[in-house]
Amino acid sequence: MLEVRGLAAGYGEIRVLDGVDIDVAEGEIVAVLGSNGVGKSTLNNNLSGLYRPFGGTVRFCGADITGADPVRIVEMGLVQVPEGRRVFPNLSVRENLLLGSYRRGRANRARNLERVTATFPRLKERFGQMAATLSGGEQQMLAIGRGMMSEPRLLILDEPSLGLSPMLVDEMFALIRELNGQGLSILLIEQNAVQSLEAAHRGYIIEHGAVAMSGKAADLAANPDLRARYLGL
Amino acid sequence: MDATILGAAVINGLLLGGSYALVAVGLTLIYGVLHIINFAHGSMLMLAMYGVYFLLVKAQVDPYAAIPLMVVVMYAAGYGMYRALIGRFSHGKDENILLITLGLSIVLENIALFFFTGDSRNITVSYSDRMIELGPSLVPLPKLVSFGASLLLCAALAWFIARTDTGRAIRAVAKERHGARLVGIDVEKILAVSYGIGIACLGAAACLLVPMFYVAPTVGHLFVIVAFTIVVLGGMGSFLGALVGALLIGLTESLSGLFLGEALGQIGISLIFILILLFRPTGLFGGGR
Repeated sequence: MLEVRGLAAGYGEIRVLDGVDIDVAEGEIVAVLGSNGVGKSTLNNNLSGLYRPFGGTVRFCGADITGADPVRIVEMGLVQVPEGRRVFPNLSVRENLLLGSYRRGRANRARNLERVTATFPRLKERFGQMAATLSGGEQQMLAIGRGMMSEPRLLILDEPSLGLSPMLVDEMFALIRELNGQGLSILLIEQNAVQSLEAAHRGYIIEHGAVAMSGKAADLAANPDLRARYLGL
Repeated sequence: MDATILGAAVINGLLLGGSYALVAVGLTLIYGVLHIINFAHGSMLMLAMYGVYFLLVKAQVDPYAAIPLMVVVMYAAGYGMYRALIGRFSHGKDENILLITLGLSIVLENIALFFFTGDSRNITVSYSDRMIELGPSLVPLPKLVSFGASLLLCAALAWFIARTDTGRAIRAVAKERHGARLVGIDVEKILAVSYGIGIACLGAAACLLVPMFYVAPTVGHLFVIVAFTIVVLGGMGSFLGALVGALLIGLTESLSGLFLGEALGQIGISLIFILILLFRPTGLFGGGR
């Protein structure tokens, strides 16, 4: 459903990604791994239309979305839950969720609100509270819940485990599997290679602005070279 | 001091504050979302006042009846100005927006001076001198109407910002643009809408002011300096702050006019401004970011 071909991207004069190919098929969890600063967020921001790629193509559900604006990309159902959550601090939990369906999924707003709060009972308890007053873990739930409100066809999760306690990280990965079990395709951008590869079907390793390795998650996790470098084993 | 005179001054001050409220609410809304002081605020108010003036003189449209029209026209003017000039030339930098609005104010004022001359103009409507008995004092009807309508419109705007999707999007864009883009909010459009609403407030304010105030190319300064003080007093970007601030500033102006003499009424405002900056720079309702 997502086909990225030869994507080159960066900021101003600086080229961060140079010729990245990535695919996500319907119903998959695909992990994109790489160390800090390798361009994972650059990839995301170009997929979501926040920046225009220097070159290459991005196709989503058969349509060319290279360089399309974020409004259209969300409208098509490619939704990103960004690194650092980016929830609206001055809006209540409920209002954050409502805005999740600002562009897409508005017809089923009430039903989706029920569904999200069933998945995250903690959010229901904090419904009227300003998002700024939530803990980091709760804000992460809210960010994912807000993404779910738009009935995504593909959800990009950028570093969802970042800054969470080990127990919450486990919960987060369980949730990712659960959402995928309900049929949602997920592109998981992570530094946490061990758990990402456990959850994902396939994975890509990005190095020096290009895909250095790719394949089935289990194979990647078993690769001795990779284990030494990313898994610390 | 006679209690009747004091009571009258208090009522007068609150009514005066009511007429400042809309101007201040527009200013604080634009500040809250765009993070800049809209230097063109006064000139836009001045243009709106000329609009109301000419509607009455040339087309016999009563100022109060002109409110819906002026709100729509000024909204469109603000929205268009943002789209055509401010958004396009700011290149995403707040300082640039500041300079553009400052430049706009100079241009607009001089255009007004060229076409309308520097003469101040007054209008008379049948109800200009009608007095209403309010407790111990007699108040001019236009002041009372201005107060009531102004508060009503502020309440309607507050409801819109609190309860509608566009209102939520405005608040979301104010604090978290990146997140707003990712839920598919067209951020540039929301910025233009916010600027438009801020300017639309001036359209309504102009209709309420013209029956009791003169119109001249520099009339905007008077209101904007006061409105700016109100916004700082209430807390930059705070809606409720702007409303409460407006009433307090109106009171201050009226009471210092009473005690220091009419000509010195605005000294109290400047004094309050300095005191807030010294002791509570975030204002009464400011979040302190």
